[in-house]
Amino acid sequence: MIVGNRKSLEEILDMIKPHKKILLLGCNECVTVCAAGGEREVGVLASELRLWSAKEGQEIEIREHTLERQCDHEYIDQIRPFVGDYEAVLSMACGAGVQYVAERYRTKPVFPAVNTTFLGVTLEHGVWSERCQGCGTCILEKTGGICPIARCAKSLLNGPCGGSSNGKCEVDKEIDCAWQLIIDRLKELGQMDRYEEIIPVKDWTTSRDGGPRKRIREDLKL
Amino acid sequence: MRLNYPANVKIVKVPCTGRVDVLLILKVFESGVDGVYLAGCLEGECHFLKGNLRAKKRVQYVKGLLDEVGLGGSRLEMVNMSSAQGQRFAEFAREMTEKIRALGPSPVKKLKRVGD
Repeated sequence: MIVGNRKSLEEILDMIKPHKKILLLGCNECVTVCAAGGEREVGVLASELRLWSAKEGQEIEIREHTLERQCDHEYIDQIRPFVGDYEAVLSMACGAGVQYVAERYRTKPVFPAVNTTFLGVTLEHGVWSERCQGCGTCILEKTGGICPIARCAKSLLNGPCGGSSNGKCEVDKEIDCAWQLIIDRLKELGQMDRYEEIIPVKDWTTSRDGGPRKRIREDLKL
Repeated sequence: MRLNYPANVKIVKVPCTGRVDVLLILKVFESGVDGVYLAGCLEGECHFLKGNLRAKKRVQYVKGLLDEVGLGGSRLEMVNMSSAQGQRFAEFAREMTEKIRALGPSPVKKLKRVGD
């Protein structure tokens, strides 16, 4: 899932400052699962904003609304009947959702209430961890199912480096050395012969280096 | 025991402090109350195992939100006591009332009550 982290109230207030009627828009997908921008978080932020405005003696009208997704226009279009009643949209979706809402309502200021951080997994309730950087060319078959791009601080394709110590990364003692994890897993799988293979220089054009990416499936187009 | 405690303390009964959600606390503050405290069972004595410990974490989280908003996290507290500690209940009700009185009325008093 896409994992995000809500911005501080101070940052949010700074963004919405000139506006008095705000549509606070949550998303029922990834940001709900990572508790950053779902219906509950919309409720909490709306409550915080109401408390703040009452304390400051300011009138702010907030409408809470959560869409099934903010990355599909079918859902974004559902706010069309009432989005015009508000001066701005404060979106609690990931960056993709915020941008798509902004694209669909070109005259409406759309602000991000969440910092989109990474593609990851839920380690335990309330703990999320990065697993993928969407580099566009997956090599997990070579690395025992552990991604050195996302999990090695240097994204080394042939590791570990000299900074690996007792299975931890030199960047932070809390971070596992991805290459130590890879070696341990390859041993468990009986595939240490794969570790002997040198992984050649990666073609980064499939990643962000090739500019914004687009995927088309002609058979699905209407 | 017929103990007295300040009349301004309004009790909201819940089956367990673990039932108390972040939003529930925030909505109470929106309704204009000056302070809130959660009176849970003693730590380690939760009938549902971890309800009071979860409530404790949520209280800490909401304290942060209240600080962020500018209301002050000290308007919210968590206290643990057993159902046999009536004396402690009355004592804490007095302590909390004095503490909140010292902080003064909630600055959101003028806010429309939730549900109005």
